[in-house]
Amino acid sequence: MPEKIISMKKIGKDFSGVQVLKAVDFNIYDGKIMALIGENGAGKSTLMKILTGVYTKTSGEIMMNGKEVHFSSTKGSQKNGIAIIHQELNLIQHLSIGENIYLGREPITNMKNIKWKQLYEESQKWLDKLGLDEDPRELIMNISVGKQQLVEIAKALSLKAKVIIMDEPTGALTVSETEKLFSVIMELKEQGHSIVYISHRLKEIFEICDYVTVLRDGELIGENSINELDEDKIIEMMVGRKLSEQYPRIPLEPGEVVLEVKNLNNQFVKDVSFQLHQGEILGVAGLMGAGRTELARTLYGIYRKDNGEIYLDHKKIRLNSPTDALKQGIAYVSEDRKSNGIVLGLNVRENITLPSLKSYSGKIGNILKTKEEESARKYINSMSIKTSGSKQLLKYLSGGNQQKVSIAKNLDTSPRILILDEPTRGVDVGAKKEIYELINQFKQDGMSIIMISSEIPEILGMSDRIMVMHEGGIMGILNRDEATQENIMSLAVGKEVS
Amino acid sequence: MTKLSFNYKSIKEIIRKNKPLLVLLILCVLMSILNDRFWTWGNIITVLRQTSINAVIATGMTFAILIGGIDLSVGSVLAICGAVAATLIASGMDALLAVLITLLLGLGIGLVNGILISKGRLQPFIATLGTMTLLRGFTLVYTQGKPISANGAADSAVFSKIGTGYFLHIPIPIFIMIIVFIIAYYILRHLRMGRYIYSLGSNEEATMYSAIKTDNVKLFVYGSVGLLAALAGIIVTARLGSAQPTAGAGYELDAIAAVVLGGTSMSGGVGTISGTVIGALIIGLLNNALNLLQVPSYYQDVAKGIVILIAVLLDRKQKASR
Repeated sequence: MPEKIISMKKIGKDFSGVQVLKAVDFNIYDGKIMALIGENGAGKSTLMKILTGVYTKTSGEIMMNGKEVHFSSTKGSQKNGIAIIHQELNLIQHLSIGENIYLGREPITNMKNIKWKQLYEESQKWLDKLGLDEDPRELIMNISVGKQQLVEIAKALSLKAKVIIMDEPTGALTVSETEKLFSVIMELKEQGHSIVYISHRLKEIFEICDYVTVLRDGELIGENSINELDEDKIIEMMVGRKLSEQYPRIPLEPGEVVLEVKNLNNQFVKDVSFQLHQGEILGVAGLMGAGRTELARTLYGIYRKDNGEIYLDHKKIRLNSPTDALKQGIAYVSEDRKSNGIVLGLNVRENITLPSLKSYSGKIGNILKTKEEESARKYINSMSIKTSGSKQLLKYLSGGNQQKVSIAKNLDTSPRILILDEPTRGVDVGAKKEIYELINQFKQDGMSIIMISSEIPEILGMSDRIMVMHEGGIMGILNRDEATQENIMSLAVGKEVS
Repeated sequence: MTKLSFNYKSIKEIIRKNKPLLVLLILCVLMSILNDRFWTWGNIITVLRQTSINAVIATGMTFAILIGGIDLSVGSVLAICGAVAATLIASGMDALLAVLITLLLGLGIGLVNGILISKGRLQPFIATLGTMTLLRGFTLVYTQGKPISANGAADSAVFSKIGTGYFLHIPIPIFIMIIVFIIAYYILRHLRMGRYIYSLGSNEEATMYSAIKTDNVKLFVYGSVGLLAALAGIIVTARLGSAQPTAGAGYELDAIAAVVLGGTSMSGGVGTISGTVIGALIIGLLNNALNLLQVPSYYQDVAKGIVILIAVLLDRKQKASR
């Protein structure tokens, strides 16, 4: 075994009482590429943020070359030769390549003027080293994402980084850009750099990595040499967990086809076709960036479709705006409630009636406040929304209760089809259970539900059928008897299920 | 003892919630000490009448700022509408018809602003900066830089009543101001559109997701701003009996000051019409006070600026400490 350049031991981390990392060991070997993988929320980013000094650990220690180190900021980790390249690149679009590489560290004269010539010459050296054929004076906004990725690497190298962490570096790259990136990575490895490679794409991991560390639910599942593993083994490590009993699924014979989507295409989704039955919960699984939210928002009329058809009760419909969607009885509970689900500056009552305010209006567009108040109280009681009253501003409610309001406002439009996007994100355990029970109630009332979730147990626990998406397309639709965590994960990473 | 401290607390609570009102009261108290002519019927009526123009404009501005926008063109709209009204009256047109046409013109200009901002996706500041400059230039071209008289025609006397007339011993502009306030209050508190205005200002994306046509809300808001600026233009022209090419210059700033003094947040979503009423009164009172105290006119702006800054700082400090 090669030498450990970094060894994180028994790292623990909790956020206000919620434990997200439990005694995780993580090693980075000298001149080797370590893959770090796990489901969404497994703790990968948290672990790397602790290593780079963004978060402070609750327990454990970090050893670098045999000595314990403490980083309280990214500056500290940078000084020690650790650089991280985030999934969303941290480059400034309107500055040049060279300016970005040396941002905040520009070579300056005694008069504090920037030595532009030196800055660009040095930048050119790094670009040459990476084989990036661009003028360092070119603006970042004018070069492709693949090249931007290389600029980030150039920046890391200029910082004399020994260890480079890459978070999903190929997410937005084309095939040829990916190949280019891989050859750069292999070269860096030969020059003695150590690399942490975070990715959902198993093929890539087998192509370039030497070791694999798998995390699940904030725990270390294993660290293996790549030779000891195959895809199935990794998938098993990623998902192998018992289903708890917290999902009160109600078996119900699904009714007729209510919604049918045929060959739906736009910039986000590719050739999506599926059917939704009355009284059915269709779970939608997939990894981050698989196009699930984008599909939901296309059905809600936020994004335009390029081609394809949508049928409601076998009749073709047009969905060009949320108004169209609500008119047809399609409602959408957003996964990002603070941005577009609820209005924090309005109160509970005003939020609940917002999309259906017309039905609370008098002749001149005046709001019938008594009627509105009755309705708000009805939802507050039936959904146990914890609030000091219907006039409490939404910003003073807890995440779980905000989520209930977000669901309530959609219910108030009397939808036939309810799209729930990550309905329990940022919601505590107790409220989660209540939300599951509500969803089941809707199902029994005959509503058809599309439930997007990144939590596989939740999908498995609640859904009648499970649709798995991968890179904008549908990899497969599983019936309950074929749905296992392994099957879902396989489809989610783009592997066919036999 | 406990009763006393409770009272003290509730007074504090009232003050905390009504900082603008407190500033207004302090100004009144100060003025009654400094000048014995302040609390006369004549002076109070003068203050209110002078306030009415700014108040009418500031009401529209409240809508714009509530949705997170702004309208800089109000002063120019006032000028062009005043000029058009004067021309129409001088041509012998019926006063009511002339007023209606002028109001429609203001509404139309406001809708153009609204279209530039909603469909054209321009920043409200930039869009209305453009129309402000354009309309001011257009007014100068139209008037040839000279005042347009509204006198000497059939309905001149009727028209001038709008600015100079009295009803129950109270000037008509004050009545207009009160009616505008009541309508705006009703819209914001009781109409669906008012709810949409607050919602849009607080979170545009979530409002759009709630199937509300946000473009229509913007059109309504900027249309109202234009309409009210035209109304202010009619009052000014009627009062003077002529339209000045430079009328209304800088009025947008007084209107914004009134809205902000009234506690409305520049980032949208928070604010009330009653706040704007108080804000406009503070500005009107300040102008009056500085005149009564015979402060030289160059120093008046200095004093006004300082008072506005202090009032807004007080408000900000209280909000930050919450």
